[in-house]
Amino acid sequence: MSRIPHALAPAAALAIAAGCAAPALAQYSDDAVRIGFVTDISGTYSDNDGQGGVEAIKMAIEDFGGTVNGKKIEYMYADHLNKVDLAASTSREWFDRRGMDMLVGGANSGVGLALAKLSADKKKPFFAVTAATARLTNEECTPYTVHYAYDTVSVARGTAGAIVDEGGKTWAFLTADYAFGASLQDEATKVVEAKGGKVLAAIKHPMGTSQNFSTLLLQAQASRAQILALATNGEDLINAVKSANEFGVSRTMKMAAVLTHITEVHALGLEQTQGMYLTDGWYWDQSEASREWSKRFFEKRKKMPTSMQAADYSSVLTYLKAVQAAGTDDGDAVMKQLKSTRIHDMYTDDGFIRADGRMVYDMFLRQVKSPQESKYPWDYYKTVRAIPGDEAFTTRAETKCSLWK
Amino acid sequence: MMEIFGVPLPVLWAQLLLGLVNGSFYAMMSLGLAIIFGLLNVINLSHGALYMLGAFFTWMGLNYLGLNYWAMLVLAPLAVALVGVVVERTMLRHLYRLDHMYGLLFMIGLSHFLEGLMRSFYGVSGKSYSAPAALSGATDLGFMIMPNYRGWVVAASLAMCLLTWFVIERTRLGAYLRAGTENPKLVEAFGINVPRMVTLTYGFGVALAGLAGVLAAPVVQVTPMMGANLIVVVFAVVVIGGLNSILGAIVAGLVLGVVESLAGVYYPEASATVVFVIMAIVLMLRPAGLFGREA
Amino acid sequence: MRAATVVNRRNGYLLAAALLLAAPLVFYPLLLTKVYCFALFACAFNLLIGFAGLVSFGHAAFFGGAGYVGGYALATLGWPVELALAAGTLTGAAMGYVVGLLAIRRKGVYFSMVTLALAQMCYFFYLQAPFTGGEDGLQGIPRGRLLGLVDLSDDLVLYYAVLAIVAAGYALIVRTIHSPFGQVLKAIRENEARAVSLGYDVARYKLLAFVLSTALTGLAGATKALALGFATLTDAHWAMSGMVILMTLIGGMGTFVGPVVGAFVILLLESKLDEIGDFLAELTGIDWFHAFGTSVTMVLGLVFMVCVLAFRRGLVGEWIRWRARPRGKAAGAAAAGGAAGAGNG
Repeated sequence: MSRIPHALAPAAALAIAAGCAAPALAQYSDDAVRIGFVTDISGTYSDNDGQGGVEAIKMAIEDFGGTVNGKKIEYMYADHLNKVDLAASTSREWFDRRGMDMLVGGANSGVGLALAKLSADKKKPFFAVTAATARLTNEECTPYTVHYAYDTVSVARGTAGAIVDEGGKTWAFLTADYAFGASLQDEATKVVEAKGGKVLAAIKHPMGTSQNFSTLLLQAQASRAQILALATNGEDLINAVKSANEFGVSRTMKMAAVLTHITEVHALGLEQTQGMYLTDGWYWDQSEASREWSKRFFEKRKKMPTSMQAADYSSVLTYLKAVQAAGTDDGDAVMKQLKSTRIHDMYTDDGFIRADGRMVYDMFLRQVKSPQESKYPWDYYKTVRAIPGDEAFTTRAETKCSLWK
Repeated sequence: MMEIFGVPLPVLWAQLLLGLVNGSFYAMMSLGLAIIFGLLNVINLSHGALYMLGAFFTWMGLNYLGLNYWAMLVLAPLAVALVGVVVERTMLRHLYRLDHMYGLLFMIGLSHFLEGLMRSFYGVSGKSYSAPAALSGATDLGFMIMPNYRGWVVAASLAMCLLTWFVIERTRLGAYLRAGTENPKLVEAFGINVPRMVTLTYGFGVALAGLAGVLAAPVVQVTPMMGANLIVVVFAVVVIGGLNSILGAIVAGLVLGVVESLAGVYYPEASATVVFVIMAIVLMLRPAGLFGREA
Repeated sequence: MRAATVVNRRNGYLLAAALLLAAPLVFYPLLLTKVYCFALFACAFNLLIGFAGLVSFGHAAFFGGAGYVGGYALATLGWPVELALAAGTLTGAAMGYVVGLLAIRRKGVYFSMVTLALAQMCYFFYLQAPFTGGEDGLQGIPRGRLLGLVDLSDDLVLYYAVLAIVAAGYALIVRTIHSPFGQVLKAIRENEARAVSLGYDVARYKLLAFVLSTALTGLAGATKALALGFATLTDAHWAMSGMVILMTLIGGMGTFVGPVVGAFVILLLESKLDEIGDFLAELTGIDWFHAFGTSVTMVLGLVFMVCVLAFRRGLVGEWIRWRARPRGKAAGAAAAGGAAGAGNG
């Protein structure tokens, strides 16, 4: 029998791990402003945010000059694989061990909520970009959360309200059967009915339905509604649109994707998505400034940026400007500064951050062009109407956030 | 919020027909799995990833080599079969003598690897592929408009299933394969190269998955994860039909396609779980499946 | 048992204890805490797969379910920590009892399939049930005080508390395997027909092992919810079931310490893959390694495949075999005796 205890194996494992974990022992120093970004780089959100988001933030830091008030800006990012555990433990380690000053994160709502809580505990700003849940600025609001880009309320209200105004009075919903889909449908229904429209059908589909949308779409068509609202996202949305085209549903009903990104339109092609309505806060071709930025992005990534990636850029730029104005990277001071300035950059002309953390700005109802209308690559959208920020987002009367009552 | 209650008859017919369309698709996928399990005793969990490869090869054939749908209908399954044969020869072969769990785990690893690989090249949103001109358009059947392509899918799948069943149950080659499952040593003693037969069988089984991929490419978006959602359901289908029964796979596939679409009419939220509930029930009452024999 | 073996084992445990107690000085405590929770999960799973020979494909359902129950008890019902953890453990046991009853009747691959089917149904239930928070999950689970005395809000205190819990679970597993019950399990795994012919109620033993495994899995899940502060669908997804299998496989099935090592390695891979990739790129000069960070699933898939093909004994299993290799005649006899001892310890 050997003299060396066999419990040496775990000890050896720990030692090996020590080598790999060495970066965790990095020295904490206050001479830098550290920005952390946690998102889904290899999973379902990798096209809408992913590595493109990582690059967008790099551009923001470069455009700002690499330093703020003489302090260097450091940037760290990680893939959270859509696992809340991983996102939370990585972010926590960055806060505790690497002196992170600000966290940008998202991709899924579970992650967004966990990171918001964590950042509030650490008293550091958290910018939720891709997470859609409106709970971030309602039940779960904190003094340190800034919810950038869209949320379920704004896309649902924006789409529903604007389309009813355009004449789409009767609706059929195809909804993803979980909280996200349900909240999109509920918000949209409220607006449709308030404006005098009617919801004729509401069909739920389980996640990952892929090819079996045919049966559900035919039911929607049988209701004879004018508008087919797709309260779903990602691969399900793409397959629903494909099936809608195949079964001729897209010819008798106008499709409205409550939440979609340019990557999905690109993947489907204009043939299949033409005429589809959608709401978005930003489009690469919407202004001279956005075009200029997008061309730079295109050079690096070979695809046009989504509104998420643009929001990543803008949120970091906004943060850095606030740090510069406040003269410090102290969480409370920066949050105070953030809530008292207006945002004017290539993302939005006139945005501001409310007391509940919601970044309010104008959204736009857009429609996908037909192949004939599209004149150059990625020329996909035409703008139908603007949706003012105070109409799209939760109002003071409705808010469940104690910070804004 | 309003729901549709009391489904009118024409709509019901439409749903049943669509259920058959989806079911014939499941049948072909399950067939591949059943063949591989029946003859190799390996649960090919990478079937979904290989189906995905078939779809991607179809897209690649058109976009990189200018080959049309009809060419890819033959070439893509062959390409997938080649991948399968290589995997079987170099890696899978070593796992036969071990507990089936290792084969399962290996397959899980293989599918993660293939999915990750395709994702790193093509992203998550995938690529769009349209049906060939001869099959596009739709026919008005009175109670519904049936896209021609879907009709083709039913015809092709059922034809393939019938052909496979015929080969295995009624030809000499099939007889060798069946004998090889029951008593490989004896069959080898008769001078038949059993390992080669096994390799070819695996190749054929995954070729069926590849063919399903070609058929699916115009219907669903070609994405790296398209197989992952499908495999769990197909798996349940095979278990219900009988892991080693060819007839079982075909019948269970068709029946479950119809059941799923009926669930879609009356209780859509459950259409994902209904297959698992049935699977659990079948496993508890008749674990070999409806048509299988407990090997 | 020979005196040398006993002394050796005691030294081994003391060394391990010293390392574990001192670890927070070197490593980030919360990361280790998370690893311990998963280590307990893997050990509980190993009880079933390594010692009883039952391959469950749905253990995530128990892990996630207990996390939800424990988290709900802590966050919404305001229960004290010990009760919430007990609730999680009981949830695991109860669910395990029901699933076990249904699954044990079948053998081999059919057993695994039943567990998978039932786990999928649980997953869809968790997705829809209001108390789980759906895809948002249960957030903001408070840490509270253990036994009303120990304030767990400090990361370091939490570390030691979780270490104690996990060590207790581990000790229970070791004790179980060394008991007569454990011996019968081993007999069943090696030759079920003979065990039956010897008069053992095999189904009852399997069920007991299953319930024990799921109870400890429940404890692991509830502890993790407490330690990290949330319980989400990720914990109940079948990918998590696959993950725990990989942890056990890579660590060493059928060994005691294997799953712990496996948990450590896999979690490290997950969170540090891009750094490992960069490190490998520097080491070998191959640029492709830099892409590791963006393709975690691909790398994990590869690891899975390699493990199954060439590394089935796992890290600890290979270590034990290496230590037990014959080194000359006298040493050979001692080594053979030691191998039997090492295989059991």
